[in-house]
Amino acid sequence: MSHMHEIKAKSMLADGIVRLDVECPKIARKRKAGQFVIVRAAEGAERIPLTICDADAEAGTIALIIQAVGSSSKRLCDLDEGESISDIAGPLGLPTRLDEVDGLCVCVGGGLGTAPLYPIAQALHEQGVELVSILGARSSELIILRDEFEAISDQLLIATDDGSEGHKGFVSEVLAQVIEERETAACVAIGPVLMMKACAEVTRPSGIPTIVSLNPIMVDGTGMCGGCRVSVGGDTKFACVDGPEFDGHEVDFDGLAQRLRTYQVASKHECRLPREQLPH
Amino acid sequence: MPDNNDRVPPGEGKPRREKLIPLSPKERMAIERQDMPEQEAEERRGNFSEVPFGYDDDLAQLEAKRCLECPSAPCIAGCPVGIDIPRFVAHVALADYAEAARTLKEASSLAAICGRVCPQEEQCEAVCVRGKTGEPVAIGRLERFVADWEREHPVDDPEPLPPTGKKVAIIGSGPSGLTAAGDLARKGHKVVIHEALHEPGGVLMYGIPEFRLPKSIVRSEIEAVKRLGADVEVNAVAGRLFTIPELLEEEGFDAVYIATGAGLPVFLNLPGENLIGVFSANEYLTRANLMSAWTYPYTDTPIIQSDRVAVIGAGNTAMDAARTALRLGADHVAIVYRRSRAEMPARIEEIEHAEQEGVEMRLLTNPIEYLGDEDGRLVGLRCVRMELGEPDSSGRRRPIPIEGSEHVYECDTAIVAVGTRPNPLIQSTTPDLLFDKWGRVMIDPETRHTASEGVFAGGDIVSGAATVIAAMGDGKSAARHIHAYLEGELDTAAIIQSIRDRTEE
Ligand code: FES
Repeated sequence: MSHMHEIKAKSMLADGIVRLDVECPKIARKRKAGQFVIVRAAEGAERIPLTICDADAEAGTIALIIQAVGSSSKRLCDLDEGESISDIAGPLGLPTRLDEVDGLCVCVGGGLGTAPLYPIAQALHEQGVELVSILGARSSELIILRDEFEAISDQLLIATDDGSEGHKGFVSEVLAQVIEERETAACVAIGPVLMMKACAEVTRPSGIPTIVSLNPIMVDGTGMCGGCRVSVGGDTKFACVDGPEFDGHEVDFDGLAQRLRTYQVASKHECRLPREQLPH
Repeated sequence: MPDNNDRVPPGEGKPRREKLIPLSPKERMAIERQDMPEQEAEERRGNFSEVPFGYDDDLAQLEAKRCLECPSAPCIAGCPVGIDIPRFVAHVALADYAEAARTLKEASSLAAICGRVCPQEEQCEAVCVRGKTGEPVAIGRLERFVADWEREHPVDDPEPLPPTGKKVAIIGSGPSGLTAAGDLARKGHKVVIHEALHEPGGVLMYGIPEFRLPKSIVRSEIEAVKRLGADVEVNAVAGRLFTIPELLEEEGFDAVYIATGAGLPVFLNLPGENLIGVFSANEYLTRANLMSAWTYPYTDTPIIQSDRVAVIGAGNTAMDAARTALRLGADHVAIVYRRSRAEMPARIEEIEHAEQEGVEMRLLTNPIEYLGDEDGRLVGLRCVRMELGEPDSSGRRRPIPIEGSEHVYECDTAIVAVGTRPNPLIQSTTPDLLFDKWGRVMIDPETRHTASEGVFAGGDIVSGAATVIAAMGDGKSAARHIHAYLEGELDTAAIIQSIRDRTEE
């Protein structure tokens, strides 16, 4: 995989959210729902984890959905068709364990979490599982993958913070309604930490198995740094090798949220040497 | 000059050799061990440049002339890769650096690295005859000198043998994998190294800091291995992108060498370990080294800016982390270690360098809790003082807590450097392999063959956590036996059976 990975197609899904279809034949063949890759856009860029949102084994491409938040994700979003990504490692993490779902499954996606949710929902759909999907975002035009979810869901519900579409409020509130009205076998909730926590609280009283997919700080993605550690059921787990999916009722979401803020609350080292004095 | 082919492997006999340096033993004995010039402590803690400058020609020749060229040459047996030390040293004394470089290359593809990070004081220099009455020949410094000279004045690589048509996959591009790759490529086998990260080198790249082992040196040593004919695939995660059975059954490899190291960091499982500011040494060093976070914002990967740092543990990795923290601008850095100085596993040279730079050694101090503020940031490490009691099973005196000695070391960063374990990724995807209860691959110690046909293993995935040079020694030995295997000279059925028998005991 030492060659560059060409971007075969690029599309804007919403403001600041980009989909890239990237040449990566071996990973496209190997990946399973729930797995992710670590991407380094170019020399000097950060290694960032991204879910494999979709893959075309024949064309040899994988789809990545990226929101420009930091300098490295911005670098990726700025790449155009025909340009290349220097490094992609994967498929990482454990695939989704699907065999356990027997009955209705509610899939809840918040913001960019809708991207990692899609391959799981798709796999469930292919298994013949009945799906109710709930997608949420700040406002209507930020809902991504709507058509894709429409195509595989028996029912699609929307929640927006500003009420521009569907329920005005949180996806967890919609989830509460759904499980009250219908016998629910399982729930998959992926999105911001607080949203996943809220969803897990909604399903906890009725004991509905709830899978969440975590996106902590990562460096290597292979179990080497421990930066991705989270507490699950009181044990320390490494999300990159033991996850990224865990039992939502066992995850310490507060601890996860705290660690995600590391480089916001702690100051970052800044190099004061003149550029010429750096090695290479 | 002795013919290379006559050189007998270490410990198996003594080559007869003539002395090359035209000096009497008395003249040699009169020369004192030469110091290696280095950056002043005050200056170097403000930069990432290498600490020692290395010998110049005069110093190197003078030091080399101290070698007695004793017939027993115990140093050769003391070297895990069996370098013909007296011969290379003699060529330095004669200022024939090209010949010295060729001598190194016969045994080691990574001399510039060994010369910097090997614990020579426990190996070749520990058994040097001159050490009996004074100080041993500075073999490590001379090795470094020659390897550095060679980078500026490349000598021809030994011609690889004609292609054998056999393919070997190496998993992991750290010291063990690179050594095996170099040796196998020279034998004419097609070698493909699989590296999980985006750049090869393993611990040499992500673990050992720039100021101790410049990355440019690691890169040039890897280029040399590639010139021998080895290919490197980066971003190739074993157990995820491919499995070992796939390499053998689908991708046409005839043998596999597992050298993935012991990459999994161990934490202490103390309360508060998930606070902001607590890192494994692996994460801290990987950010600083592989990801060049110390050059942020020229590069994208951030690393914490610390004021007060506790590094827990006292091995080489702990020293590396402590000295990195100083260079990143920390005001105060302390090593927190529950045993005493005598038990510190780091090399003396590393401990001394750290102390010169101002790292505090808080010995006989055991951390019991990380303390945080309301934002979840680390603010201190609660510790208890220890005293040494009776020796434990490892023979080291067991530290026991002193009652009423609890205290808090204030710090905003804690770096946990108490060891690593083998990464379980391979274990979960290679059914035939057998592992011990620590997750280490079980091998036949003689041949390094595992319980799976055609699969060999070495380095930290077998030994737990050892040194760079021990991993290289394993790589050399593995290469020899993989070659024998490819020639059909290894009775793998018997080997596999003997490993299986061991697990049943
Ligand atoms: S990302 Fe480094 S261990 Fe998971």
